[in-house]
Amino acid sequence: MASFMGYRRPDGRHGARNLVAVIPSVTCANDVAQAISRQVGGTVAYLHHQGCCQLPPDLERVTNTLISLGRGPNVGAVLIVSLGCEGTDHARMHEELLATGKPVEVIHIQELGGVTKAIRAGTDAARRLAILVSGLQRERADIAEVVMAIKCGASDTTSGTASNCVIGAVADRMVDLGATVVFGETTEFIGGEHLLARRAVTSEVGRQIYDIVDAMETRAKSVGCDMRRGQPTPGNMAGGLSSIEEKSLGAIVKSGTRPIQGVLGYPDFVTSQKGLWIKDTPGREPEILTGMAATGAQLMCFSTGLGAPQGFPSMPVIKICGNPRTYRRMEEDMDVNAGLVITGERSVEEVAEETFAKVVRVLDGEMTRNEAIGYFSAIDIHCLGPVI
Amino acid sequence: MAEETIALQAQGRDNVATVFAEGVVGGTEVVVVDAMGARTPLTVIGTIPYGHKVALRDISVGERIIKYGEEIGVASQGIRMGGHVHVHNLDSMRGRGDLEEGA
Repeated sequence: MASFMGYRRPDGRHGARNLVAVIPSVTCANDVAQAISRQVGGTVAYLHHQGCCQLPPDLERVTNTLISLGRGPNVGAVLIVSLGCEGTDHARMHEELLATGKPVEVIHIQELGGVTKAIRAGTDAARRLAILVSGLQRERADIAEVVMAIKCGASDTTSGTASNCVIGAVADRMVDLGATVVFGETTEFIGGEHLLARRAVTSEVGRQIYDIVDAMETRAKSVGCDMRRGQPTPGNMAGGLSSIEEKSLGAIVKSGTRPIQGVLGYPDFVTSQKGLWIKDTPGREPEILTGMAATGAQLMCFSTGLGAPQGFPSMPVIKICGNPRTYRRMEEDMDVNAGLVITGERSVEEVAEETFAKVVRVLDGEMTRNEAIGYFSAIDIHCLGPVI
Repeated sequence: MAEETIALQAQGRDNVATVFAEGVVGGTEVVVVDAMGARTPLTVIGTIPYGHKVALRDISVGERIIKYGEEIGVASQGIRMGGHVHVHNLDSMRGRGDLEEGA
C-alpha cells in the first residue's frame, strides 16, 4: 500500500497538516480573525471578502464554502469569528462544523462588545484549540484517501509542454493508486472542452462539462469585449500564448488521461468520490485556491511558467516550474524544476517521479517552498451575483 | 547544453511550432522537432521571442492555426512560412464578446 503519515480526523480522513482554522463568517470580521491568528501559533485565518450584501445563492455559496474549508482534513479545530449581523448563516456554519466531531468555538464581535474584547476572547479560544490539537500524532494512512488538487497559474507556452505534462503524469498515478484528483479553471477549458467531454464517464457528465464552459464563456462575453483583453492575461501573452484556446489546450494537459468522473460545484466537499473530478472554478488564484481547499484537498500541485508564487493557508502548494529561465530567476519559490524537460536534460517521466516523491513527503509533513515563505493570505470565494 | 535552436511541433498536423530559445531573429535557422523526433531546418523571418510560435508553412487569411492538433485561432492576415505567429496575426475564435450583437 502506498501510504503517508497523517493526522486522523473524526471522519476517518487524515490531514497532512494539523491547523486551527480561524474563519471569519464575513469580510467585516477579517481584522479580528487576523489579529487572533497573528497572536496564536498553529492557526491560520481565511481572510476573504464576501458574506454580506449579496443575494441568497451567493450567501449560501459563501456559507457552504466556509463550512467545507473547516471540514478539510488539514484542519484540526475551528474558531468561527462572526460579526453578528452578516448575511451568511453563521449558526448553520457552527452546527455543521460541530457535526464533524472537531472542536469548534464561535465568537460574535457585536455581542462581545467590540473589536478589542472580541480579539481577547478569540485569542483565548484559539489558544485553547491550538493546545488541544497540538498533541495529536501522525499515523499511517492509505494514499487512496488523499484528495490532490491541481492547477496552473502564470502560464506560458512551457506550461503545456513541460510542467502540465508532469502534473498529468502525477495525476494519473494518484488516480491509479485510488486517490481523488480535482482540477478546475473552467475558463481554461474554452477551446478544449470537447477533449474533456470525450473522457467523461457518462454522456450526462460530458454535457455538464459543456454547460459549465458555456456559462463561463457567456459571463465573459456579456461584458462586450474580446475575452483576450483579460484572458489570456498580458503575462500569458508575453509568454507566447496567443488565445484562450491555446492556453486551454495547454492547461488541460495537467488533468492527465484518466476518465472524468463528474463535475463538482464550487463549494462542494469531496466525501466518497474517487478518481479524477472537475470543480467549476475561475482561473484566478485567490478563488481557485479557496475552491480547491474546500474540496478537502490535503495538497495541491501547481504548475507555472512565468512564476506564480501564491499558496493557501491550510493547503500546501507544490510549485512546478516549466520555464527554465523562470526557474533560474525564482528558484527559491519553486519546488520542482520541470524546465529540464524544455532543455532536454530530463524526461517528463523523470520529473513526474521527482514530483510524486515530493507529494508524498509533503503529505508526511515536509514544507513546500510556499509554506516556508508563508505567502498565502490573498484568498477569496468565487461568487456569481452582484455585491449590492 | 547544445546551443542548437529548437522549435517544437506538438502534433503532426500543427502548422506552427514553439521556439524555446532566446535571440531568434530574422535569418536564424531553427530545427523543427516533430512529435516523433524528426528534425527539419527552418529559416525564421523576423524576431521570435522565447516561447512564441513560428509558422511551419504559408498560412492564408482566415485559415485555422493548429497546435496540439487542435484549432487555437484563425489567421487575421497572411502569414509566411518562418513568420512569427501571435496576437498580431492570430485571432481567437472564443469569448468574443466584442462580436456579439449590440457590443
